[in-house]
Amino acid sequence: MEKRVSFNNRALPYLLLFPQLAVTAVFFFWPAGQALYQSFLRPDPFGLSARFVGLENFRYILTDPLYLQSFATTAIFTSLVTFVAMAVALFLAAMADQVIKGSGVYRTLIVWPYAVAPAVAGVMWMFMLQPSIGVIAFYMKQLGITWNPLLDGQDAMLLVVLASAWKQVSYNFLFFLAGMQAVPRSLIEAAAIDGAGRWRRFWTIIFPLLSPTTFFLLVINIVYAFFETFGVIHTMTSGGPGRATTTLVYKVYADGFVGQDLGSSAAQSVILMVVVSVLTVIQFRYIERRVHY
Amino acid sequence: MVEKRGVGTVLTHVALILGIGLLCFPLYLTFVGSTHTSRDVLSVPMPLLPGDQMVRNYTVALTSGVGVGVAKMLANSMVMALGIAVGKIAISMLSAYAIVYFRFPFRMAAFWAIFMTLMLPVEVRIVPTFEVVASLNMLNSYTGLILPLIASATATFLFRQFFLTVPDELVEAARVDGAGPMRFFKDILLPLSRTNMAALFVILFIYGWNQYLWPLLITTRGDMNTIVMGLGQMIPSADDYGDWPVTMAAATLAIVPPVAVVIFMQRLFIKGLVESEK
Amino acid sequence: MSAIAIRDVRKTYGKTEVIHGVSLDIEDGEFIVIVGPSGCGKSTLLRMVAGLETITAGTIDIGGRVVNQLEPRERDIAMVFQNYALYPHMSVYNNMAYGLKIAGFSKADIQARVEKAAAMLQLQDFLDRKPRQLSGGQRQRVAMGRAVVRDPAVFLFDEPLSNLDAKLRVQMRLEIKRLQQSVGTTALYVTHDQVEAMTLADRLVVMHDGIAEQIDTPLAVYERPATTFVAGFIGSPAMNMLPAEACGADGLKLANGEIVKPSEAPLPEAGRQVTLGVRPEHLEPASESAAELMLEVSAVETLGADTLAHGHLIGVSNGDGELVARLPGNAKVNAGDRLPLAIEPGMAHLFDAESGKRLGKDASGARPFRSKASASAEA
Repeated sequence: MEKRVSFNNRALPYLLLFPQLAVTAVFFFWPAGQALYQSFLRPDPFGLSARFVGLENFRYILTDPLYLQSFATTAIFTSLVTFVAMAVALFLAAMADQVIKGSGVYRTLIVWPYAVAPAVAGVMWMFMLQPSIGVIAFYMKQLGITWNPLLDGQDAMLLVVLASAWKQVSYNFLFFLAGMQAVPRSLIEAAAIDGAGRWRRFWTIIFPLLSPTTFFLLVINIVYAFFETFGVIHTMTSGGPGRATTTLVYKVYADGFVGQDLGSSAAQSVILMVVVSVLTVIQFRYIERRVHY
Repeated sequence: MVEKRGVGTVLTHVALILGIGLLCFPLYLTFVGSTHTSRDVLSVPMPLLPGDQMVRNYTVALTSGVGVGVAKMLANSMVMALGIAVGKIAISMLSAYAIVYFRFPFRMAAFWAIFMTLMLPVEVRIVPTFEVVASLNMLNSYTGLILPLIASATATFLFRQFFLTVPDELVEAARVDGAGPMRFFKDILLPLSRTNMAALFVILFIYGWNQYLWPLLITTRGDMNTIVMGLGQMIPSADDYGDWPVTMAAATLAIVPPVAVVIFMQRLFIKGLVESEK
Repeated sequence: MSAIAIRDVRKTYGKTEVIHGVSLDIEDGEFIVIVGPSGCGKSTLLRMVAGLETITAGTIDIGGRVVNQLEPRERDIAMVFQNYALYPHMSVYNNMAYGLKIAGFSKADIQARVEKAAAMLQLQDFLDRKPRQLSGGQRQRVAMGRAVVRDPAVFLFDEPLSNLDAKLRVQMRLEIKRLQQSVGTTALYVTHDQVEAMTLADRLVVMHDGIAEQIDTPLAVYERPATTFVAGFIGSPAMNMLPAEACGADGLKLANGEIVKPSEAPLPEAGRQVTLGVRPEHLEPASESAAELMLEVSAVETLGADTLAHGHLIGVSNGDGELVARLPGNAKVNAGDRLPLAIEPGMAHLFDAESGKRLGKDASGARPFRSKASASAEA
């Protein structure tokens, strides 16, 4: 889409663009270029010089069992967060869609966790589930459930998944509810007259019509679990115990800042950039399609 | 609307209330935790009703915290969140205006240069971005906290989208009325964008407030910490029992501003959320 | 000196020329309507006058100055847009005052002008309202008020009534005419609606495919259309067009082989392929013996005042013989009837079949320049 008319002014548009382009150049292109550049270098042990090693860094990390493990961890973590956050949100939205009285109050009460920072969510959930002091942890113990996220990798994974998914429910809820409210009432009425019960109406009419929303949220949740959950993991488990919760983004941080392995960290950054680009392209194509509806 | 039977409606409400109860429990417990003495909190199970230590815990948190008072961190967070929100809105509006309303050489190049930033969240390029900020001497500064995070295309896209929906005839009318480009921007486009700006502001404020990794990297001095990252460092580790109530008070304080924004500006918030994803 | 002089103006987008050299002189105070189907270039021409489109070739002169390179604000024009283009966040008062403020008028002067225009347009009670609180007709008046306050040399109207419903359109049409006459400002008005064009114009410019096919008073355009396009475009139902071959002094041979001899029409040389044009209202029922055209009626539309008989010439089954006759309201015709018709004397039009140009001594063609005396047909 283009405007029919435009101002003809030579210098002004560049002036208007300058702030954003400057910021983008300094804080985006420069670092991104830097990452690309460093991913081909390996510094000497004293960090005084670096030599060009070609794709060596990539070969190294892609054969590094620890990196591959964090790939697997990320995949498990992402699937679980996405599934839990979307399922709970879908359920709540389906309920809220039925409600007429008090729907505003319900919505407010469901929406607020969006505003909680992932790191703060981590702290809050830690407080409940910390094995020695957490209230929930206490009652779990009473029920005979063994729970020790500080030592058990699976428990730790569950912990970060819960805190991450909890925060994302609000977002999914809003979009699911909006999607449901856009389903024409006449369709639901027609289905009711055709004898479909509530359960059946939901799965045969509403849910299929929600598929664009569902797909969109799928991409958004994957992006969220990949990149925005650093705070949760860092505050709750610091990637442990033993690397059980070290996701790709966490590993970039751990290798780059804690381990000071810049070449490897840069190569990991480059791989992540590729992952994000693919996700963005998927998202963008989807948006293009949605426009044509 | 399909008529609902009584039992169904009750069940729906029950399900919603249970769901909301689960969703809100962490916040409730955090608040309860911030109103007891450390000893009460550490006694398992901790009490589930608010205690009477609220004033003490919050005072300690605000003034001394763990090292740096939460008050200072809240102020830092406020500066960062406002800086990011205002900065992003300002630069994106200007660039979107240039891209939509002017024809000039390299217009598409500029567009794509900005568009590419959509693809790379700061988390992906932290190490080199950190190096850049360090080499610009921006560690431990508000500039360093804010500037790298305003390099994003989302807001530019939102404004571009919106500007494209502004009828062409409005610009033409303004031109016939004698308005030049800046005058049109100030008198017509800016007032028309008010709702969009406000909606975006809500989203960006929350985004800025909730940053964790970036402040963690570039603030090494306690007095530059933001509340969210500072809170991360206030978690007592397993072997030292620390002061959980004070940590919980800090957590509550960290949550209040963005949650208040969401609740009290809900309409704008939802608009911002929906539009910034288009 | 004319108010506007358009000289051989052309417009090219990329490689496609959309306006192929239009020339037009507009007298001071004249109301000119540019009419044509969508895509004919009429709006582009108007926007070039306004300064919203660049002029590829030729010159536009407003009040004695060539304005090709001037910004819209420097051209001494005001424009009324199709969608009104009111600033949604400004009150009616500020919408009208905006241009004056930019031009640096004093507060008192602005107030006086806005109030005068508001009084003229019955907008006094709405000055504090926002555009969205107004009805379509009121918005239209604000848009006109915005043009009036500037007291420009020229009003430009770009299909200003097309967003209104039919009833309001008739009313606003009259208001525009009245307003323009009372302020006496030159007006250039673009529309695709021929009724608007006929009723408003001192002179019409009929455009088609980037060419001004005819420039003349509404009546002259109706009576002596310069081309088949103009003949078909102006008048409703459209003029009947029958392909024919000239047979010298005998008359014209129609597709069904019958010969008609329109009285007074100049007959072209034998063998020439022509188009015989007759308006439906110029066909009248005749006796079988006096009939010039035999119509087989296929459908009848009773409109009250008139009755329209649709059908085709007997003996011509393809589109070449299609014919509409406008008969008196009380005419008794039924589908399936054979209807003998005669052409009213002097009311036949002849066009060259190939070029579509009017033939004969009164073929006026596109006349770019006219004297002022004949320009004001309306009294």
